[in-house]
Amino acid sequence: MSDLNQEMAARYKNNFLKEIEEQAEMGEWVKMCMQCGLCSGSCPTNFHSGWDHPPQEIFMLIRAGKREEVLNAQGMYMCTSCYNCYVRCPRKVPVTHVMHGIAEYAYRIGRAPKNQPTMHLSKTFWTNATKHGRVNEVQLTQSLYFKDGIGAGIKKAMEMQKEALGLVKAGRLNPMEALGMGHKCKDVKGIHAMLAKAEELEAKNKAAKA
Amino acid sequence: MTSVVATNQTILVVGGGISGMTAALEAAETGKQVVLVEKNPYLGGRTVQLYRYFPKMCHPTCGLEINLRRLKANPRIQVLTLAEVTGISGDKGAYSVSVKLKPRYVNSNCTACGECGKAVQTEIADEFNYNLGKIKAAYLPSNMAYPQRYVIDPSIIGTPDAERAKAACKYDAVNLDDREETISLNAGAIVWATGWQPYAAEKIVYYGYDRFPNVITNVEFERLADPHGPTGGKILRPSDGKEAKNVAFIQCAGSRDENHLRHCSRFCCMGSLKQTHYVQEAYGDEGKSTIYYIDIRAIDRFEDFYQKVKANPNVTFVKSKVARITEDKAGNPVCNGVNTEGYIRYANAHDLVVLAVGMEPSVKGVQIPAEVMSDSSGFIMADPANAGIFGAGCATNALDVNRAVQSATAAALRAIQVVNKVARAEA
Repeated sequence: MSDLNQEMAARYKNNFLKEIEEQAEMGEWVKMCMQCGLCSGSCPTNFHSGWDHPPQEIFMLIRAGKREEVLNAQGMYMCTSCYNCYVRCPRKVPVTHVMHGIAEYAYRIGRAPKNQPTMHLSKTFWTNATKHGRVNEVQLTQSLYFKDGIGAGIKKAMEMQKEALGLVKAGRLNPMEALGMGHKCKDVKGIHAMLAKAEELEAKNKAAKA
Repeated sequence: MTSVVATNQTILVVGGGISGMTAALEAAETGKQVVLVEKNPYLGGRTVQLYRYFPKMCHPTCGLEINLRRLKANPRIQVLTLAEVTGISGDKGAYSVSVKLKPRYVNSNCTACGECGKAVQTEIADEFNYNLGKIKAAYLPSNMAYPQRYVIDPSIIGTPDAERAKAACKYDAVNLDDREETISLNAGAIVWATGWQPYAAEKIVYYGYDRFPNVITNVEFERLADPHGPTGGKILRPSDGKEAKNVAFIQCAGSRDENHLRHCSRFCCMGSLKQTHYVQEAYGDEGKSTIYYIDIRAIDRFEDFYQKVKANPNVTFVKSKVARITEDKAGNPVCNGVNTEGYIRYANAHDLVVLAVGMEPSVKGVQIPAEVMSDSSGFIMADPANAGIFGAGCATNALDVNRAVQSATAAALRAIQVVNKVARAEA
C-alpha cells in the first residue's frame, strides 16, 4: 500500500463518495446514477472474465462507501471506450469517462493491479505514441506480444503471421518500424512541448485538489 | 358560414378531450357561456382510445357517456369539431380568437346509418386505432363519437368515390361543397387543454420500434385489447397474427431520460400494470407478462393495485432498463440487458414487446398563438404572464385521467373568476 493511498483514506475517512468526487476525474457524476442498468446492458464486452463489477454497480459501491471493494475491482480497467453507455445513459452520466477517472485515480494512489492488461496497453500505447508523435505499430505490437515472456510472444507472433503479412502487402504496416523507422510526426519537438505543458497544467489541477 | 355566439363573458376551451370537456362542463354548469373547440371530428380525445381505466378497470365509454349527457343537456356549450385556434389577440377579459374550421362534408342531417361508408371504396389509415388498420374514407371515427356524424376524408373529394357517398345518402347529409372557413370569436378567458401525444418511439433507436413489427407502444396495445379495435379485442401480434401469450412491457420508454423526455410521465407504470390484466384475461394462466422497470411508480393511492399484480404468478418483474431489442429467427423480439438484482445478463424472447412510452405535451412544438409560459418539458406552467389563458390537463403536466379532471376543474374555476370580473365591469 502506498502512502498516498493511506493518506487519502485517512483524509476522507468513511466518505468514499466525496473522495471520488474530489479526486477522480468526472467523479462528481457518480451520484447522478439512478441504477437503471442501461450502461451494463449496453456494454459490448458482455462482462467476460475480469468484469467483476459493471459500471452502475461500481457507482453504487462508491455511494455505499465500499472503498476496498472498489479499489480492488477490475471493472474500471475493462472498459473499451465504445461509448455506448455514455450516449444512452438516461441521466447523461459520461459513464466511459467516469470509469476511466476511477481507474486513473486508483493508479495514481498505487492501487491499480500489477500487469493489468488494459492498463499495460494504455501505458505502452502512451509511451509509444508520445515518443514520435505517431504510433509505431510494430514496436507496439511487439511489446504487447512479449509482455508474458519470449515463448508466449513468439507463439502469438506465429499465430498472427498471416494477418501481419496481409497488412504489409496492403501497405498498412511498415516492417522497417521494427528498427525505429516508419511514420513520424513532422514537429516532434512541438508535440513534446505541448505534452509537457499539459502535464504541468494537470499537475497544478491535482495539486489544487490534494 | 358557421355562426358562434360569443362575448367577452364567454370562456373558450381549446381541446375536447377529457380535460377540455370537464373544464367546459364545469364552467357551463355554473352558468357561463362556453365555446369548446376540438381538432378531431369527435370529442373525448385520447381517453376514448383506451380500452379500460385503472384502477377500477372500468371502460372509458362509461365516463364519457355521463359527460356527453351533461353536454347534450347544457345549452350554454357550443361545440366546434374539426376546429383549430389559429390566432389570439387582445388581453385577459377581451380576447379575439380566430378559429379555422375544416370541412366534414357531412351536415347535421346525418343519422350515422353507414350507407356512405359502404358505398365508398377508398381505404385510409385508421387514425383512431393508431393506424393499426384501415378504414373506409367515409367513416364514423368511433362508436361513441360525438357528434354521431360521419366524416368524409378530404382525400376522396373530387373523385368518383365522393359522388358514390353522396348518392348513397338517403338523408341529403353529404355536402361535397363544404369549404374550409375561418371564424373569429370573442372570449374573456381561455382554457388550453390540448392534451398529450405518445412519445415518438422510433427515436429510442435501440428498441427498434420502426424495425421490428412486434415491438409496439402502450397506446397501440390498448387498441389491440379493445373489442372495437382492429383485432376485435384479440391480443394478436402484428407480424403474423399469432396470439401474443408472452408479453414484455418496457417501462420508461422515453420518460425519465435526458436524451428523450426529461420528466416521469406518471401514468405508464399503472398503465402497464393494468395491461397485464388484459393478458391474464385473454389467455388465463397461459398469458405471461414481464415488466422491465427501473422502479415502479404506482402514483397516489395505487400501491394496492401494484401489490395485487405483483401477487399474480403470471406476471414477472425484472428490475432493469432493457438496453437493446433484437429479433430472433422466429420473428420474436428479444429483450437484452442486465437484471440489476444480481447483475445477471439476460436475452429473453417474447411474443410481443410493449413500450410504455411517455407523455409529450401536444403544445410542445405547436405554437400557441399567444404568450404562454412552459417548462423545460414543454408543459404549460401556471404563470401570471399567461394572463387569461389557463392550462388544463395533460397540456400542463403528465397526468392520468383522474388528475387531468382535477386539473381541468381548477382551470375552469380560474377562467370563471376572469369572466365574473368582466361581468361586474360590464354591469
